Amino acid sequence: MSVSAASSETLDSRFRGNDGAASAAGRLARRASRRLKEKVIESILFLAALVSVFTTLGIVYILVSESVVFFRHVPLRDFLTDTQWTPLFDDAHFGIMVLLSGTLVSSAVALLVAIPLGTVIAVFLSEFAGPRLRETVKPMLELLSGVPTIVFGYFALMFVTPLLQKFIPGLPGFNLLSAGIVMGIMIIPTVSSIAEDAMRAVPMNLREGSYAMGATRLQTALKVVVPAAFSGIMAAYILGISRAVGETMILAVAAGMQPNLTWNPTEPAATITAYIVQVALGDLPHGSVGYQTIFAAGLTLMLITLLFNILGYWLRKRYRERY
Amino acid sequence: MALQSAAEIRALIARHKRRDVIFGLFGILCLAIGLLTFATLFVDMLIDGYARLTPEFFTNFPSRRAGQAGILSAWVGTVMVMFVTAAVAVPLGVASGIYLEEYASKNWVTDVIEINISNLAGVPSIVYGLLALGLFVYQFGLGQSVATAGLTLALLILPVVIVATREAIRAIPAAIREAAYALGATRWQVVQGHILPYSMGGIMTGVIIGMARAIGETAPIITIGALTFIAFLPPSPVGAEFPFVSFEWLTSPFTVMPIQIFNWTSRPDPAFQANAAAAGFILVFMTLAMNGLAIWLRYRIRRNIKW
Repeated sequence: MSVSAASSETLDSRFRGNDGAASAAGRLARRASRRLKEKVIESILFLAALVSVFTTLGIVYILVSESVVFFRHVPLRDFLTDTQWTPLFDDAHFGIMVLLSGTLVSSAVALLVAIPLGTVIAVFLSEFAGPRLRETVKPMLELLSGVPTIVFGYFALMFVTPLLQKFIPGLPGFNLLSAGIVMGIMIIPTVSSIAEDAMRAVPMNLREGSYAMGATRLQTALKVVVPAAFSGIMAAYILGISRAVGETMILAVAAGMQPNLTWNPTEPAATITAYIVQVALGDLPHGSVGYQTIFAAGLTLMLITLLFNILGYWLRKRYRERY
Repeated sequence: MALQSAAEIRALIARHKRRDVIFGLFGILCLAIGLLTFATLFVDMLIDGYARLTPEFFTNFPSRRAGQAGILSAWVGTVMVMFVTAAVAVPLGVASGIYLEEYASKNWVTDVIEINISNLAGVPSIVYGLLALGLFVYQFGLGQSVATAGLTLALLILPVVIVATREAIRAIPAAIREAAYALGATRWQVVQGHILPYSMGGIMTGVIIGMARAIGETAPIITIGALTFIAFLPPSPVGAEFPFVSFEWLTSPFTVMPIQIFNWTSRPDPAFQANAAAAGFILVFMTLAMNGLAIWLRYRIRRNIKW
């Protein structure tokens, strides 16, 4: 772009050289003001683009500065190893493992639902379905991912939990299992659409080669296309994981807000996100240790998702380079 | 494995073809699970909340009696917050997109901005809530107001708007820009006269998808400490006396639809849960309508534009 802009500039000045001296000053002034206007506009657009950088800096600054104060009260060792999370009691304990267990168990349940279903749907849409079916189903899946999570939370609490209670007697009204299952269904479209994009990016001649050897569709899909799109599919899984880890409302509504160090999905437990919601709903004075806990919890959450995002970014980059 | 006869080879082929069919059916089954869950959710909410979907439901304030409670303050709050969100996110997002596509030179600053945007898209929404709580609520002193919520959601959907803008701009062929530059147009003239009009449809699609996401976001708004029980409306933006417009509503406390649903869902009384179902149905309907509109727009653009 800059090349064509520069060449139009030189063309301009050549025309001006032929002009009379009287109007040259006026033309120069007009050209200067035009240039100034262009510069101002460019600066404004640049500042707008910087807003997103400032957002990230703001997030990091807020999370770190509040957490630093928090870690002055609570040693990092206790934060990582304590097995109780009772920040609002007199006998305060700050063991993040308690909240982390809720986050990990619910995410694991969600992934057990989303990864198999999402992968099968992606393989089916990419390798088996005709273009018409694909073009109708994809927008419908997209719609599914647009449903507000609070509504999924209501669905988990009011529909899925009573349904599960018929199969698992004694299942409490709040539990990680139903929240996790609904969360899994919610992230199916994320997983399936990215995995499908990765599979469709596999060059046709790989498939043709496989068919020419007499392979069936399923054999081609599983032994040629899936391995070729492997890193893209992994990136889809990782995006699913980071969505599951950061999901809030389904868990706040359907999994209860009681901190509980457990690896059993049929129990109620608070996740990192649900804890933040719980504190925000109450009236904690600004600057208290209780108030700072949510920033420490948020920092933990941010580090986990950042880790997965970087991994996903790296994988996507690798897979892009291949073709 | 050595194959002895043609019959065995035929059996092998038949077996593999059968697997093909089985997998195809399995795929349809998985797809059906996903889509049926969605249908169940929609129908379940409609059944639970049907009795509450009356005109009064839209014109009543929340109440301690479930039968009289309505979503007036919630939907008015949602409209106001969405207005702020759009007013902030659309200009910022479109400007960023234009800068990155038309102006930015390939250097490390541009790289930082690009990586940063793709990273922001993966930040959990509740973290934006924490940012808003620390920054907007306390450091800027905006309090738990419509302005804080609108700004928070604007930052949240900014990556969506930027990515959509960039994709729409990238679809415009270089020949159009070259033609304009050849006639002596400046960069901004090219953007204003060609890039923006041609990418408008794609940008709109992105904006609608972003707004549909913002309308259903609950976690960041709860985190900034929005009240859950609001039985009044923010001051009206238009007044009867001079200067006719007032910006007092920006600093007013508020509630929005998802928070109202959360509040009703967390009450043990089933009568309130019927309210939650009704409000949830309306919210799902709104997001579906918005997403549907966006998908339709994208389809139309794809069909109409032939460069």
